Amino acid sequence: MIIRILSEGQFRLDDKLLDELNRIDNRIVDHVQKGDEKAFRKDLDRLISTIKEQGEPVDPVDIFPSGIIVPPEDMSFQEARQVFCGPGLIKD
Amino acid sequence: MGFLDRMSTVVQAKMNKMMDKIEDPRETLDLSYEKQLQLLQNVKRGVAEVTTSKKRIELQKVKLQMSIDKLDSQAKEALLANREDLARKALENKAALQAQAASLDQQIADLNDQQQKLMAAESRLATKVESFRTKKETIKAQYSAAEAQVKVTESVTGISEEMADVGMAVQRAEEKTENMKARSAALDELLESGTLTDLSGGDEIEKELAKVKAQSTVDDELAKMKAEMKK
Repeated sequence: MIIRILSEGQFRLDDKLLDELNRIDNRIVDHVQKGDEKAFRKDLDRLISTIKEQGEPVDPVDIFPSGIIVPPEDMSFQEARQVFCGPGLIKD
Repeated sequence: MGFLDRMSTVVQAKMNKMMDKIEDPRETLDLSYEKQLQLLQNVKRGVAEVTTSKKRIELQKVKLQMSIDKLDSQAKEALLANREDLARKALENKAALQAQAASLDQQIADLNDQQQKLMAAESRLATKVESFRTKKETIKAQYSAAEAQVKVTESVTGISEEMADVGMAVQRAEEKTENMKARSAALDELLESGTLTDLSGGDEIEKELAKVKAQSTVDDELAKMKAEMKK
């Protein structure tokens, strides 16, 4: 599976890791809804480091879409809330 | 809906904005390529902007450090003149400026991070754009309009995602730079209006120290005169 970490590029990851990513994803949803910024930061860091450690960076010459898109590691809690409730990460 | 699904939706919305609906797939290729070149220019501008901001804050830091050093030597001078009160004031002001300096250090580190990321994004995009250019010529030369459709969709979608990513990165960097510009301008204003010079206490402490020095010169001279008159 191909995963894009925003502002870092694409990584190729074994499909076996999908379950773990899903678990972290669900926890992140929880943290954002509960307003737990500390836990959000911790799990976002974990999500990104898992992808970077277990994945292989995709050669920039290759052009293809990603199956999963992960927010940038410096995403603020405020931005995360906007992804849920507002127009998204970036204003139009 | 998961967080990552939401994230994909956000990026997808960006991509849809970038991809125009055009009937002729070959035209789509050329148009997308033009947009890629434009975006590359944008990223370059973004990198330059972040670099300028970083330099500006680094310069402010140098100025602030000079004030800190000055207060430090004033505190020593005051102690030598037995004016602990003055030394204390100088050191208090120094601590306030050091807090400002630490905040500038943090901003410089943030900007440096932005700069590195944008430069990496620029290089990735440049490689992809070049690869797209070759691909698009191949598609145009080898396929009929109908056949080309699939290939075009594939590569245009792929590159649009990269463009959405880079476009968002530039936009976020710009927002951050704008924020820091405002803070940095406020600090400049403080420095110029003298509020911070007051804080640096430079003039006041300087004046007091000069008074102390003058006082001791007068004392010396008086003592000398008295000694001579006794003769």
